Amino acid sequence: MSDSNTTPLLEVDNITLRFGGVTAINDVSFKVNDGELFSIIGPNGAGKTSIFNTISQVYRPQEGDIRWKGDSIMGIRPDAVARMGIARTFQNIELFAQMTVIDNLLTGRHIRMTNSWLAGSIWLGNAKREEMENRRRVEDIIDFLEIEQWRKHPVALLPYGFQKRVELGRALAMEPELLLLDEPVAGMNLEETEDMARFILDIQRELGIAMILVEHDMGLVMDLADRIMVLDFGQQISEGTPAEVQSDPAVISAYLGSEMAQVSQDTSQ
Amino acid sequence: MYRRPLLRTQYEQDAAIFPTWFQKVALGLVILFFVLATLGAPGIEAVPKKFLGNTWIDPVSNMMPLLIAALGFNILVGVAGQVSLGHAFFMGTGAYTAVTLGGGGDGGIKACVPWHDELGLLEEAGQCGLGLPMWIWLPLAGIVAAIIGLLVAPAAVKVRGLYLAIATVGLVFIGLHLGRTFPEFAGDFESGRRWPKLQFRIWKEETPLVDFTEDGQWFGLIHLAEEQKQLFLLMTFVGIFALMSKNLIRSRTGRALQAIRDRDIAAEVMGVPEFKYKRLAFAISSFYAGIGGALFASYLGRVSPVDFSLILSVDFVAILLIGGAGTMAGTVLGTVFVELLPEVVETFTEWLSDQLDGSGPASWLANVLLTSGSGDFGAIATAAAAPGWPMSVHMWNFAIFGVLIVVFMIFEPLGLFGIWLRIRNYWKSWPFSY
Repeated sequence: MSDSNTTPLLEVDNITLRFGGVTAINDVSFKVNDGELFSIIGPNGAGKTSIFNTISQVYRPQEGDIRWKGDSIMGIRPDAVARMGIARTFQNIELFAQMTVIDNLLTGRHIRMTNSWLAGSIWLGNAKREEMENRRRVEDIIDFLEIEQWRKHPVALLPYGFQKRVELGRALAMEPELLLLDEPVAGMNLEETEDMARFILDIQRELGIAMILVEHDMGLVMDLADRIMVLDFGQQISEGTPAEVQSDPAVISAYLGSEMAQVSQDTSQ
Repeated sequence: MYRRPLLRTQYEQDAAIFPTWFQKVALGLVILFFVLATLGAPGIEAVPKKFLGNTWIDPVSNMMPLLIAALGFNILVGVAGQVSLGHAFFMGTGAYTAVTLGGGGDGGIKACVPWHDELGLLEEAGQCGLGLPMWIWLPLAGIVAAIIGLLVAPAAVKVRGLYLAIATVGLVFIGLHLGRTFPEFAGDFESGRRWPKLQFRIWKEETPLVDFTEDGQWFGLIHLAEEQKQLFLLMTFVGIFALMSKNLIRSRTGRALQAIRDRDIAAEVMGVPEFKYKRLAFAISSFYAGIGGALFASYLGRVSPVDFSLILSVDFVAILLIGGAGTMAGTVLGTVFVELLPEVVETFTEWLSDQLDGSGPASWLANVLLTSGSGDFGAIATAAAAPGWPMSVHMWNFAIFGVLIVVFMIFEPLGLFGIWLRIRNYWKSWPFSY
């Protein structure tokens, strides 16, 4: 904390999350630096989404600490976390189904807008100007994600792949510094996956937003991620660059079983 | 503009309430129609008369305050998705705030006594209230209701869906109980008390600045009857509140409320504080209910606690279900439908009873449906309360009403607004099928 340049964007320190007798996350720590694409992988039920839920404070971990730019965010409300600059997408699409694409994206702009209910009701002067200005900003995101033709459709009517894009757009509309992506390409075909990969790279390189990516598509993770953390049953079993993680015996045994790990080690020798 | 009405070159056009010329012209014509009809233009006035009878101005005026309250109900239930049955209570709160502040009489609230004296005779001296002018009692009716809304909201935002609906029913019964317990404040349970009139005063001077309760010359230009003046006043209020509620829905707050309705957890993670906005929705809808309640009571002039019962709350639910929840057009259509349908049915029944002695299909239908004397056995009695099995006109109203709600729920969940969408889309692509 002495030097702000070395303070990571997000620090997760030894968090443990229990639901009754089940330990969903057990003593997990990691750091995400500015502009970094950090990935969390692991088999189903490893606790990846639970980590996202603890970062956005939907779940409160029993032990440990989560720091945003050096300050603890433990115990604050989810909407306050959002205002600090942490946005996220969801594994199962959580769009506002009855609203149009534009309204969904504008809802993402909620924290960047200030007009009150009264100013909004009167719709004059600053409130109207602000609405129009943010409407223009939303158009930039629509351009970026190439969803022009769906602008005015209620999102419930959109094809699955585009719903995923709109959800990404809604998170981007918040102008976050850290973006949590929960399985952005789950259930997508190859073409849609490639599109999404391109968006993720653009977000990192053009917008400079740091990301935490949870994904089962190993090809995507290995290609995109700067660093990877592997979870199994809530335990952190490995962390490092894609190449390091791929050759880690603990990772191989978690994914393939311990016998296969032995075989894999034998063949590599 | 004529050739490509959907070509928009500015974001203002995109966010406009009535984006096309057609809609603007149509709205203008509707307003013109109502103004001319209210002024009594012969050809035009015949249309509402045909459906609503000679006293059509009265049911239409009576509908206006309920429309304001319905707009508030739409914000809470249609937009924010918080199903409440306590709306009647907030209307009552507004009404009784209005009578306390604006009711006639001197001596303040303490002098207030029930309308009936010990012998059960009408007690005219039982007026009370501070006699303040309308520009004070009307906004405060809304504000006091909003404050009560804010007070009960913390309890209400903890529960959802059906549980919330049942929890808010409690409010209505508390209101009825208070009305029974404090007759010196609420007035006689049956006949109520004297309400502030629709008059503009600067302070408590003798002659009001603008009087809506006397026939007379307006601005030396036009002679208007009391009813016409009141309808114009109420229409103006409806216009103001409709505009405000539409603006609210299309701005930041409205989107936040819709987000909470659709996905509350996602809304919170997007930075929308859930409880704050749920409380706000309660307060705003109570504000509209309070204003509506105050106008409702002062238009009718005789309202008692029983009028703010569960039936009224259920009326609002019916308005939203029939009109189409969450949409402005749906709320307006639903209110018109729910509040005016009974009048239409009554006019129809009256018309039928005139056909009894004639010939042709109308007379045949009248003979099948109506019971005019003791000899025949139609389904409906023309008398308000008839002995024996035939339905009274009143019950006939209820029956049609109930059947229509069931029909809407099954065939058109989007309500009247959904039907309008279908008609519009049909003509948009006509003569092609898509």
